[in-house]
Amino acid sequence: MTAPAGKIYRVDWVPGTDLLHGTCHCGAEHTAEDPVAMWEWMLGHPEGHQGVE
Amino acid sequence: MPHMTAFARNQWYVAAYSHEVGRELLGRTVLGEPLVLYRSQEDGTPVALNGRCVHRRYPLSEPPTRLDGDRIVCGYHGFTYDTTGACVYVPGQKRVPRTARIASYPVVEQDSLVWVWIGDPALANPSGIPRARHLDSPGWVTVRGMEPIDCDYGLLVDNLLDLSHETYLHGGYIGTPEVAETPITTEVDEGAGIVRVSRHMDDAECPPFYARSTGIEGRITRWQDIEYFAPCLYLLHSRVAPVGVVPEPDGSDPGGFHTEVTYAITPSADGRVYDFWAVSRDWATDEAEVSEFLRSNNHTVVMQDVDALNLLQRTLGTERHGYQELSINIDTGGLAARRILARLAEEGDKPVERAR
Ligand code: FES
Ligand SMILES: [Fe+2]
Ligand SMILES: [Zn+2]
Repeated sequence: MTAPAGKIYRVDWVPGTDLLHGTCHCGAEHTAEDPVAMWEWMLGHPEGHQGVE
Repeated sequence: MPHMTAFARNQWYVAAYSHEVGRELLGRTVLGEPLVLYRSQEDGTPVALNGRCVHRRYPLSEPPTRLDGDRIVCGYHGFTYDTTGACVYVPGQKRVPRTARIASYPVVEQDSLVWVWIGDPALANPSGIPRARHLDSPGWVTVRGMEPIDCDYGLLVDNLLDLSHETYLHGGYIGTPEVAETPITTEVDEGAGIVRVSRHMDDAECPPFYARSTGIEGRITRWQDIEYFAPCLYLLHSRVAPVGVVPEPDGSDPGGFHTEVTYAITPSADGRVYDFWAVSRDWATDEAEVSEFLRSNNHTVVMQDVDALNLLQRTLGTERHGYQELSINIDTGGLAARRILARLAEEGDKPVERAR
């Protein structure tokens, strides 16, 4: 599903580590070790996202 | 056959710089469509028509095809077209066949770029074109060029969204060790088709590109903020300053050197892309030597990418059994861009409702 314009997915590469920290536009957060897994989780929204819409 | 990124129709693409479109016929191929571009004598606006004559498909950008006022006269047998693409003359007979017309494309000239709409003309909306105002604003000076690359345009998108390659491919020019070492932040506005990748280096070596042009001696604070407006426009907002010098609390930034690096990534044909590049600055604007240095240095950098991508494409073409890639953190932005391009391509392929 494509989110409407203005909804931002954010992925931070955590300084000092090899980890990625993702924040969905719904507020759900997730940590992953590689970007493929991260985008899979992220763009799976709302599946597996506990955030509030 | 190596992987080819699908073309996204119903989108705006940069076909040329403003200064390239004049009274000489210019041929460009965008998304596989041959175009001929010229500037109308009557109102000064650019015209983009399909570049193949309806008669025997002679290329309308090639001599002896010529302009007669604002009409284009095919150099083979003289079929003549007006600015809308309608054929207004055929040799030897009074009746011009009703189907004698070539497609004309919606065109917008903005920020010194000539944008064409590839797709259903009824859907063309100029307000959807992303801006690059620094290319044509008072107080800014720009050096620019264009290089065709024989690669899938997806490879150029990949290249530009991951600047860690500067350290290796462009070492001694724009690359220093800190680029590859510094973590990035990626933001994706999926609906708007925008990817932002930021890399802020607090204390970095100053590459020759900036050391020689700005005159900064010693280490620098270097910020790279990418904005990619899929599919075509890429902006790199670059800020360098002596190490530790950051913008003032009120947002002004007298100690920083701001450079806007613009790319237009225009898919030409399968395995071919136009790489439009520009470097704009609002500092040392009256120094011609700085302009010349940035132009030649950046041209060298662009050619390093061109050579690498030509080679990469040829190499991918020799893989007989397909191939797998391995993505790591530096690829976060590039992967997001690929997904957006895949979606835009899919949307552009669907028959669309006319209600708009
Ligand atoms: S091909 Fe153009 S007039 Fe014949
Ligand atoms: Fe590069
Ligand atoms: Zn979510």
